[in-house]
Amino acid sequence: MSDRESATEPTGLALDVRDLRVRYGSNEVLKGVTFSALRGEVVALLGPNGAGKTTTIEVLEGFRMPASGDVSVLGSDPARGDERWRARVGVVLQSWRDHSRWRVRDLLDYHARFYAPYATAEVPRPWDVDELLGVVGLTAHAEQRVMRLSGGQRRRVDVAIGIVGRPELVFLDEPTAGFDPHARREFHELVHRLSDFENTTVLLTTHDLAEAEKLADRILVLDRGAIIADGSPDQLALDLATKAEVRWTVGGERHVHAVEERDPTEFVRRLLATDPDVTELEVKRASLEDTYLALVQRVESGQAEEPEKLEALS
Amino acid sequence: MITTETLGARGVAVRAGLHRGWLETKYSLTDVGDIFWMLIFPVSFTVTLLFMRGSTVPGTDLALGAMVLPSLIGMSIAFGGLAGPAMQIATDREDGTLLRAKATPDGMLGYLIGKIWFFGLTTLASLVLLAIPAVTVISDLRIDGRTALLLPVIFVVGMIATVPIGSALGSIFKSSAQSMLIMLASMLLIAISGIFYPITAMPTWLQWVGQVFPFYWLGLGTRSAMMPAGAEAAEIGDSWRTAEMFAVLGVWAVVGLVLAPIVLRRMARRQTGSAIAAAREKIMTRGY
Repeated sequence: MSDRESATEPTGLALDVRDLRVRYGSNEVLKGVTFSALRGEVVALLGPNGAGKTTTIEVLEGFRMPASGDVSVLGSDPARGDERWRARVGVVLQSWRDHSRWRVRDLLDYHARFYAPYATAEVPRPWDVDELLGVVGLTAHAEQRVMRLSGGQRRRVDVAIGIVGRPELVFLDEPTAGFDPHARREFHELVHRLSDFENTTVLLTTHDLAEAEKLADRILVLDRGAIIADGSPDQLALDLATKAEVRWTVGGERHVHAVEERDPTEFVRRLLATDPDVTELEVKRASLEDTYLALVQRVESGQAEEPEKLEALS
Repeated sequence: MITTETLGARGVAVRAGLHRGWLETKYSLTDVGDIFWMLIFPVSFTVTLLFMRGSTVPGTDLALGAMVLPSLIGMSIAFGGLAGPAMQIATDREDGTLLRAKATPDGMLGYLIGKIWFFGLTTLASLVLLAIPAVTVISDLRIDGRTALLLPVIFVVGMIATVPIGSALGSIFKSSAQSMLIMLASMLLIAISGIFYPITAMPTWLQWVGQVFPFYWLGLGTRSAMMPAGAEAAEIGDSWRTAEMFAVLGVWAVVGLVLAPIVLRRMARRQTGSAIAAAREKIMTRGY
């Protein structure tokens, strides 16, 4: 029996999460999170700090027990995932000072050894260590000790260890934290390569909208334990944008109107129908960045309202 | 379900673990800090020998230094097996080494095999270093077939009796800073275990405390392997008590082997990226 075959979901879903709830004591950090990811898809979990991104990813990695909900990762419940399942999942951890005196090549080679028994006809495991060092741009540092690496180089070691078993699904928690722009760009290319050439499903967390836009096929916006938006970057801008600005000129006089509805088309149609002298028409939709910032702000101000309501009740 | 595939994977993990132990030993031998620790026993033994010049074991004409060497060998085994893993596991938990093992298929098995092999090899290395000052008292010792047979057995039994319990202790402590307590406790136990001073010269109640822990019994075992006939007169009950020694070490081994997997599994379950981030945060702000 090929484990690859039995594991392939008929639906093509790599991830399926329904009504996931996690509690720390009496504090509910995830309040019913539901989403899924297709095979080969790059999904970004975007949200401000403390939104529950890391908790979500830790449940999916099998490192944290949820209070309730159905979680399926490559067809298995991560809480019961066996070693064979583990071999198909890549976890990119944030290195700190672990294995600091190991040489880069030794460390990667050590981790690669564990995956050889899990190779299948379709997926040769693990990656060739030297080839992978080339892919992550560490060939020149192969003999260097981990402690001598820069933050960005160390992060690339983390990525290499996370994907050395040629996983079908990779989890990346805040992958580019502390990267300089050059390292960030190289890392983005690596993620694209994983999804385009290896057909690897990628779930990453970030609080950086620009990064989510650049990397992800789909963005999930998480805030205070709930998903508040789910879609492609373009869709998200449409769904979340509440305002568009319409500017025009009539007889040398400039007019500005903020359209409160989602779709400004109707307003523009009426404007053009009623006033034939309109020139220099301009419709500006709020950028996704404006939208995200507004959303974070809205949620934060919403948080401030709650205690007031309580006061009014008592 | 255990299939041939999982058995194969376990075998690969065990081999990877041995490779890990060997690599870590190599790294350790190029690390100034580690070499310092390895030299502690040989150097302290040399100092002890200097202080003990001319002293003899009470009631015999045996050089006191000759009695200390076998005791030190026993202590090195106990120390390398107990304090080493305890401190290392606490550190590895805090810095994410264990989480990496958890994220790798059969990685925990590889990690544990690697640790046992690593502590075995480095303890052996420090024993070899101990042999250098030992030549000065070798003429007072009895090195024969019995030594060649008993010493390796005691080394292996000692490792089995201490590494699991040391690993379990290391997983109980909340931070690597707390695990330094193990170091202090070990020092105290060594002081009352008859290694630097004959246990028979201590108050009876302290003798009993000393006899609970593996330090005393490993020291006794290695003395029995190397001391000349008649030296047992300086021991409790005028005997090497070989059967009792293996019995007590056996009990420690069983306790450790039962306890360690339970405690380690419990600790490993609690390991998450955010727990490590929290530990890092704490250490960064505190500075240790």
